[in-house]
Amino acid sequence: MIKVEQLTKVFNSVKAVDDISFEVKEGENLVLLGTSGCGKTTTLKMLNRLIEPTSGQIFINGKNIQQQPPEELRRGIGYVLQNNGLFPHYTVAENIAVVPQLLKWGKAKIDNRVNELMEKLHLPVGYLNKYPHQLSGGQQQRVGLARALVADPPVLLMDEPFGALDNVTRSKIHEEFKSLDELKRKTIILVTHDVQEAFELGDRICLMDKGKIIQEGTPAELLFNPVNDFVKEFLKHQRLQLELKLAPQLPKGGTPEANVWEGLEQLKFDGSKNSQAKFEQLMAAFYNYKKAQPHE
Amino acid sequence: MNEQQQSLWSFMAQQHDKLLTQTLQHIGLTFISLIIAVLVGLPLGIFISRRKKLSGTVLGVAGVLQTIPSIALLGFMIPLLGIGAKPAIVALLLYALLPIIRNTYMGITGVDASVKEAAVAMGMTKQQILLKVELPLAMPIILAGIRTATVINVGVATLASYIAAGGLGEFIFGGISLNNTNMILAGAIPAALLAIVFDFLLSRLQSLNLKKLKAATAALPVAVLLMASFYFIPSAYGGKLTAGFTPEFMGRQDGNLGLQSKYGLKIHTIVIGDAVMYKAAYEKELDVISGYSTDGRLKAYDLVVLQDNKRIFPPYYAAPIVREDALQHFPELENTLNMLSGKINDSVMTELNYRTDYLHQTPGRVAKDFLVAKNLWRPERNGHAGTVRIGSKIFGEQYILANMYSMLIKGYTDYEVATKTGLGGTKICFDALTNNQIDLYPEYTGTGLLAIIQPDKKTVDSLSVDKDKTYSYVKNVFTKYYHIKWLQPIGFNNAYALMMRKKQASQLNVKTISDLKRYLDSK
Ligand SMILES: Nc1ncnc2c1ncn2[C@@H]1O[C@H](COP(=O)(O)OP(=O)(O)OP(=O)(O)O)[C@@H](O)[C@H]1O
Ligand SMILES: [Mg+2]
Repeated sequence: MIKVEQLTKVFNSVKAVDDISFEVKEGENLVLLGTSGCGKTTTLKMLNRLIEPTSGQIFINGKNIQQQPPEELRRGIGYVLQNNGLFPHYTVAENIAVVPQLLKWGKAKIDNRVNELMEKLHLPVGYLNKYPHQLSGGQQQRVGLARALVADPPVLLMDEPFGALDNVTRSKIHEEFKSLDELKRKTIILVTHDVQEAFELGDRICLMDKGKIIQEGTPAELLFNPVNDFVKEFLKHQRLQLELKLAPQLPKGGTPEANVWEGLEQLKFDGSKNSQAKFEQLMAAFYNYKKAQPHE
Repeated sequence: MNEQQQSLWSFMAQQHDKLLTQTLQHIGLTFISLIIAVLVGLPLGIFISRRKKLSGTVLGVAGVLQTIPSIALLGFMIPLLGIGAKPAIVALLLYALLPIIRNTYMGITGVDASVKEAAVAMGMTKQQILLKVELPLAMPIILAGIRTATVINVGVATLASYIAAGGLGEFIFGGISLNNTNMILAGAIPAALLAIVFDFLLSRLQSLNLKKLKAATAALPVAVLLMASFYFIPSAYGGKLTAGFTPEFMGRQDGNLGLQSKYGLKIHTIVIGDAVMYKAAYEKELDVISGYSTDGRLKAYDLVVLQDNKRIFPPYYAAPIVREDALQHFPELENTLNMLSGKINDSVMTELNYRTDYLHQTPGRVAKDFLVAKNLWRPERNGHAGTVRIGSKIFGEQYILANMYSMLIKGYTDYEVATKTGLGGTKICFDALTNNQIDLYPEYTGTGLLAIIQPDKKTVDSLSVDKDKTYSYVKNVFTKYYHIKWLQPIGFNNAYALMMRKKQASQLNVKTISDLKRYLDSK
């Protein structure tokens, strides 16, 4: 679906993005992970031609994006900006309706779609006629997401969409995000510097540093098969939590989503007599999972 | 002795149709030029927000335009655009340009970069970004620029009357020249009110929230167009000849009023400032003008004075008028000032004026050359026996006289001299004198009689033909009521006169004002 080949961007002799290549399959979530200034935003912006690359090529749906009019390209790609970029002179409803207006949808269709998204993103209907500055940072980000989703584009680019949230709210949103049907069918590239977020939301992760991709792979591959010390170091501090999250409660079958971390979290609130047994069960599952991983 | 002790209100009521016309013209002028300024300034501001490299140049040029003194700018316009509405509108437009361009530029470049980026990322075209994002967000700042421009325009439009474009300036400058406070206020108060009202309305518009602003911005052009339509070219052109008279001349018994009553002269007339009148006659924009008989431009622009065969223009012999307490305080002053008495006749004065007005020699140099030629000049004594303050009105002849007096005082006495030249008109000079801001200035007998004393008609009629009677009358009244002394006359008579281009006058065979009337009345 998206193919990036030897992409490089040089800003006044600084290589912001340095010869990177990757591929994202249809319906897949790719996370660009890395510390501040490693070139994540620059990479993302080149995908919808907000920034033109110094060299390299990008194909979306097999078409070279350089060969399409940029406006047309962008209307087919949902983009969530790092600092939301809502129009301060538009109401929430008008902000969400920007792209449909550009695509000249009818009024009824726009209204329906806006209301549908408000509901799906848990934004109270009363906010429709409010202005962005009247919303909290998190609400603004939801509106930004709604704006990107409204025309149901097959590709979604998200630049730190949950940056403005505290940890509790963020993990709640992650849950909502994963269960949002709007997103299930989409090819998503999501930028974050938060390792937990990357592991929770990414099918695959590109770990970047100084404009280069250091390792590309599934969360498990990064965790158990790091290509070098940088990757190991990068994940070190949250390693146990990440491993617990990756380990399934049951070897195979059962509820596929449930992982050991979640099991442990539920256990805390349980407090009943069989919690001891349950705990041992989870630990055993974790042990088995770890044993099954190569090279560890 | 002041026959216009009538109240401001009754003056306004009496002149209400003129007042209405002038107010409407004023609003019209302001808004026509404002519309054009927006039509030019807005795209220009948008353009330089795209090409930032050009912004310095464009804003610089617009800034320089704004620093040109209004009268000078109006003067530059005459050779290019003639007189009347066109040059006035262009001049106003040039003044309004800077705030509009600058605020458009600031507004657009001030739009949050991430908002603009979002607009691009949504797939908006450049034009959509401009119309849907940049302009709406810049609108409050752009409106502030338009507001500034409007207020500037209301102010500068008062000067439009200098070039026959009408407006409230006719009353204001007429009033200053005629020493008629009511007339000044009748023009100044509505002008100030206009500025306040427009400023207030636009400030309300600015503070509307963004939503309402959309509707209001749509209504604004309609309202502005409506107001612009108030302007109609003052007293439509046509007729055989066109006369251009100063506001002062228009309102005077020994001016246009006398021309109408004593000669029965009916001529298509527009009001114009003294500074540009002669040139406009030379450029054939005007055929007959009201000038001064010793004006240097008479010579420069090849004009002739029409004989005042019915003697409506009273004598205007020049003499220094001095505060009596200044004469006591500076005992040598009177004799020194009187050294000039009888030394300058009409043709000498015209020649001196010609040198300043047309050859652009400095009044100081002209004054010195003259004193040297007459063997009156002496080097400065650099004394420190107190400072004599000399005033002058705002035209060349007065500057020359003020310079001569200054040189004489410095050369023959130990007094120091401070000159306050360029005091607007008669009223300003005279008020400065009575309020002890200056000690003396050169005045004319006719002006003293008709503009300052303003006696009843009978007195005027009995005096105005005889130069000596006029002189002794004003001398007595000034001593008695104002404690101001008229010293000996300098010699020349700078009276009002009607003038025409020499060539046209001889073609039409017009030598006197009665000839002019005969020509105008013939079919
Ligand atoms: N327009 C630009 N001009 C010059 N340098 C730029 C520009 N945009 C980005 N850079 C530089 O390129 C590098 C990568 O920037 P980028 O915004 O892609 O980082 P990032 O990974 O998104 O960081 P963050 O997590 O802080 O958002 C940085 O060193 C930045 O200073
Ligand atoms: Mg970034």
